[in-house]
Amino acid sequence: MSARLDLRRLGLAIGAPLLAIVFASLVTAMVLAAAGDPVISTVQTLWDYGTKTRTLALTINQATTYYLSALAVAVGFRMNLFNIGVDGQYRAAAFAAAVVGAEVSLPKPLHLLLIVLVAIAVGAMWASIAAVLKVTRGVSEVISTIMLNAIATALIAFLLRKVKVDVAGSNNIGTKPLPDSAHFPGLSLIPGSSLDVYGFVIVAVLAGVGYSVLLGRTRFGFDLRATGRSESAAIASGVNVKRMVVVSMLLSGAVAGLVGMPQLLGSSYSYSLDFPAGLGFTGIAIALVGRNNAVGMVFAALLFSFLDVSSVILDINDISKEIVLIMQGTIVLSVVVVYELVRRYGIVAEQRRVSRELTQIPTSEPDVVAS
Amino acid sequence: MSNAGTSAVVAKSPAARRTAKITGPMLLLAVAGLIVLLSIVHLVSGADDITSSGTVGAALALAVPIGMAGLGGLWAERSGVVNIGLEGMMILGAWGAGWAGYQWGPWTGVLVGTAMGAAGGLLHALATVTFGVDHIVSGVAINILGLGVTQYLSVIAFDGVRGGGESQSPPVGDIATVSIPGIGAPLLDLQRKEWFLLSDVAGILRGLTVGVSLLTIVTGVVLVASFYVLWRTPFGLRLRSCGESPVAAESLGVNVYLMKYYAVFASGAFAGLGGAFLAIVGGNGYREGQTGGRGFIGLAAMIFGNWRPGGLAIGSGLFGYTDALQLRRGGESVHALLLLVGVGLVVAAVWLAVRRRALGAVACVVAGAGFLAWYATTDQVPEDFTTMTPYVATLLVLALASQRLRMPAADGQPYRRGQGL
Amino acid sequence: MSGPITVGADHSRGRSHRGGAYISTSSASSSAGSAPADVPGIAVELRGITKRFPGVVANKDVNISVRRGHVHAIVGENGAGKSTLMNTLYGMQRPDEGVIVIDGQDVSFRSPSDAIAAGVGMVHQHFMLADNLTVLENVVLGSEPSRRGFLDFTAARSRIKEISDTYGLGVEADRRVEELGVGDRQRVEILKVLYRGAKILILDEPTAVLVPQEVDELFDNLRELTREGLTLIFISHKLDEVLRVADEITVIRRGTTVATVLPRDVTARQLAELMVGSELPTPETRESTVTETVELAVEGFTLHNAEGRAVLDDVSFVIHRGEVLGIAGVEGNGQAELVQAVMGMLPLSSGRLRLGDRDVSAWHTRERREAGIGYIPEDRHRHGMLLDAPLWENRMLGHQTEAPNVKGPWIDRAGARRDTQRIIDQYDVRTPGIDVLASSLSGGNQQKLIVGREMSGHPTVLIASHPTRGVDVGAQAAIWDHIRQARRDGLAVLLISADLDELIGLSDTITVILRGRLVANVDPAHVTPEQLGSAMTGAGETA
Repeated sequence: MSARLDLRRLGLAIGAPLLAIVFASLVTAMVLAAAGDPVISTVQTLWDYGTKTRTLALTINQATTYYLSALAVAVGFRMNLFNIGVDGQYRAAAFAAAVVGAEVSLPKPLHLLLIVLVAIAVGAMWASIAAVLKVTRGVSEVISTIMLNAIATALIAFLLRKVKVDVAGSNNIGTKPLPDSAHFPGLSLIPGSSLDVYGFVIVAVLAGVGYSVLLGRTRFGFDLRATGRSESAAIASGVNVKRMVVVSMLLSGAVAGLVGMPQLLGSSYSYSLDFPAGLGFTGIAIALVGRNNAVGMVFAALLFSFLDVSSVILDINDISKEIVLIMQGTIVLSVVVVYELVRRYGIVAEQRRVSRELTQIPTSEPDVVAS
Repeated sequence: MSNAGTSAVVAKSPAARRTAKITGPMLLLAVAGLIVLLSIVHLVSGADDITSSGTVGAALALAVPIGMAGLGGLWAERSGVVNIGLEGMMILGAWGAGWAGYQWGPWTGVLVGTAMGAAGGLLHALATVTFGVDHIVSGVAINILGLGVTQYLSVIAFDGVRGGGESQSPPVGDIATVSIPGIGAPLLDLQRKEWFLLSDVAGILRGLTVGVSLLTIVTGVVLVASFYVLWRTPFGLRLRSCGESPVAAESLGVNVYLMKYYAVFASGAFAGLGGAFLAIVGGNGYREGQTGGRGFIGLAAMIFGNWRPGGLAIGSGLFGYTDALQLRRGGESVHALLLLVGVGLVVAAVWLAVRRRALGAVACVVAGAGFLAWYATTDQVPEDFTTMTPYVATLLVLALASQRLRMPAADGQPYRRGQGL
Repeated sequence: MSGPITVGADHSRGRSHRGGAYISTSSASSSAGSAPADVPGIAVELRGITKRFPGVVANKDVNISVRRGHVHAIVGENGAGKSTLMNTLYGMQRPDEGVIVIDGQDVSFRSPSDAIAAGVGMVHQHFMLADNLTVLENVVLGSEPSRRGFLDFTAARSRIKEISDTYGLGVEADRRVEELGVGDRQRVEILKVLYRGAKILILDEPTAVLVPQEVDELFDNLRELTREGLTLIFISHKLDEVLRVADEITVIRRGTTVATVLPRDVTARQLAELMVGSELPTPETRESTVTETVELAVEGFTLHNAEGRAVLDDVSFVIHRGEVLGIAGVEGNGQAELVQAVMGMLPLSSGRLRLGDRDVSAWHTRERREAGIGYIPEDRHRHGMLLDAPLWENRMLGHQTEAPNVKGPWIDRAGARRDTQRIIDQYDVRTPGIDVLASSLSGGNQQKLIVGREMSGHPTVLIASHPTRGVDVGAQAAIWDHIRQARRDGLAVLLISADLDELIGLSDTITVILRGRLVANVDPAHVTPEQLGSAMTGAGETA
């Protein structure tokens, strides 16, 4: 009986995002058609380019960053905390890590470790402001993290000007480049590609496994999920909710600290004005599409990254590459709607089924209950 | 089914303090006091720009988009829907204004921008009200979508058009400005005299009365009208009741879904109007990244203003002013502001001491002394700190005055029809 | 008085009140003149009402007729189907079968607005008021007087004053609802309904949240209303109150009407029998298992609410091993707070808690639970379950640090699942499996799971708060058996219940809580429900 149940749930869990993606594809196709672009050949072009070895490597690299960001967001989501501030947290973390990393000289593993630890600490610290405001003053983390994102932007700009070195050949400014000992070795994961995959992908995978185990298999994870499902029931069960808020916010911030690392340690080696921004919001989108599930988010990250990376080819073919932004936006919006509908449908369907299965069992007295 | 009644009694926030009603004369007095303070600061610091008509005019123009976004937030949240998709709706509005504006004139641009913002609002309403999606989630999705749609459409609509490009629209014509006739020149004279207080008042007045865009006036009317609609009409009462207690509203036959739809639709329209203002009055057409997070600042201004139109006007005015100072010899002008903040804090400390709130008074004295020391030991404030001001101010207000803030009781909570059974 | 109030004595019902201050269509179109105006006829008739929910029949074949100008009480146990019936009459649900007749006219309500238009109003048990709006705004909402598109505050104010004066409600239009006390809020609710021109008022458990003086005031108000010709439907399960106020009483049991009686013809005990069926559980004489060892000691619990009023005032008691201490009291007199304070969920202003010989006052909820306090919460949906989690995760809830649910910091899935199955078998939880979501079980089965879970933690103390509320009769009997078994096993049990028979049937000692203070101890072997009732309402205070 329970095996069948799990199959049903699994079916819904996979079917729902697929449905949303199909819907988003249709919308996108219609937009393309309306703009007079050929739909089929656009998809063909995307696919051909996207499956090239070099593009695949780029896709994985980008997905690594996206995935970490989604993990950071998901930690909060699982207990109904909206950490909109991953954006500010990872930038503050990456900046601090870049500054510290350039100032010290250590043997390679230690140097990398130090940089990553600094990033984790700064990410967590920036997130802790929102956590403290929430538990001591009742300030909604949604608003405070939005404010903190903007404050981080200004603060980094200010500090960057203090420590800047000019980037050669442009009017860009950045932090002092990291020494060789702080370069994370790449992996030649894709056969036949000249481009290495960020070594940091291993860290991302480990983080995903850690996330999954922590939430699904530990007492702490149970407390966290219980708080997300019902705060009042969690309190009654003995969860110290305030402490949970602080801990999970710190955890979220710590993971957010990792978001900038693939880029910093794998390719740019310095934090400059053009360091990617907005990854926190991509992370939110991916966490939503991947339903806060460690594996689901892998697929979502790969999908978004594939669209982003391979869309470059569209411009060359005279199709606006921004079409993928529409596709991504539609996916997110339709995914959340579909999930909500499926969730409600699932509850009602299960209630029906349970009462049907129970009435088949002969019982001595009928349940006449009005709730 | 639920019986939260008994246990909720204790969990409630501290007894809602009766905040003293702010009356007209009090407000006038406060404004007068502020002007005097500004004049003193002007005198002491010699930073002419803090009361110049140019600054005030710029502040007004910068405050409008923030205020419109805030007004959008106000409408939505008063009906119980949190709208952090304002930024996306603003982007849609700015784009729509640029697109229609360069072809059919600025006023058509305003209309189309407003309509595009409203379309974003409709989408948010569909997701949150009809489908019951979490408000924050839907808002985030709309921000992503708004950005994507406009970037895509820009390439299609503006690329290759004369004066346009893939990230900006061709220039849009200007909207006429108006002045109160006959007072511009005398006020300018007076402002140039550098007389204590008088010149300052002249500067401020001139900034508010000379060369004001018609669209600014429209937005002012919209703000005031919003107050009357929301607080003085049956429609407004019904709308607000959905944000306070949708269960009660529904039990009295109010169509909660419909009211929320109206509210979120209007919310998007105002955000769109704010975006259109940015594109047409604030700039010379649509540019990518033009909104620069003003949707979020608008939200901040609304919270700062305690979910009230007047409060949000003050909030956006304040944020607009700091923005404007930054544009006009920012380092020096903002530096002068430190003096103002320092003095203000000391005044607050005295007031608190009189009311026997020692802790608050000491805190204010310390903070005030800090600002004064900062003023005395430096002669510039880095512009990044000015950029931060609205955000830090909002955080401080939330952290320090959260008991005095009163957000709609059912704000952000999903509501299903028949939930109150 | 200028401008006579048309609500009430006037039978013509054609209200063309000035300015269209409220819905003028009202019931005028449908029934003006059709009912005989002067004969105190039938105002409401329910014929053969049946309402089914998935898997449950909430009402079946309900027949009630209510005379105009009467207070007609509808009594029944919690879960007997009273609320469903009233929601049907108020248009919040549509009946599957049967007809509703108002003033001789068949009506079919699609929404509360239809009911309001027909002159039916509902005073909800949980007040439907927006705290942050004024009384005036709350009252006029949905049928606002307006002038040139604006809300006509002047007209609204004077009309509210008029109604308030006529019925002696004493409501001030411009106060913010959050400043009002419970009694005042209820009067605002009544005024809201009157403002809409209701002639038939449904009062859903109106006394549940009131203290005795407020109940008296309410009854005075009600008499005033019937004197003016209004018809009141009074829903309650408090028999003494019903006997005091009603002109006629209909009893509902398990979803259907079983009798309609006049108050002078019945005693409370007879009514109670009608309500619960023939076998009223009598306090069974049984061997005492009470020992000398104190297991739980509550010392001087005092707790202030946000307004600074004491919700708990120096509450002290001890429970021995093998003893069931029952706390009786009208709901809202501090029971919920007491339980939450014992569980460590609410911080006390002062007081100590001892568990065995340990002072656990400073312990967190989790430590208290680990130390052996089992907890059956009053509101299982809020405090007892994760509704959208599977049963086996719900089995862990509250015991997520104990075997067999965890091993060290790790969850022991296999252990938790195995033990969930054991509880399901042992406590007769009817479910197709342990992977279904908690929300798909009936209330009784959810509660049995909770009881099983709490008994599985080897507790030494059991806090049972309304343990059989909203559960079916079968589950109720089972839960009672489990509590008796716990007592035999030497647990100290704190039992809070609104069901006097439950209290009397299970407790070794009963203490009465009133306005946050323990005011009387009674011996369940000899006390009558009437005696208990008077202690609970403070009627015995002067004696």
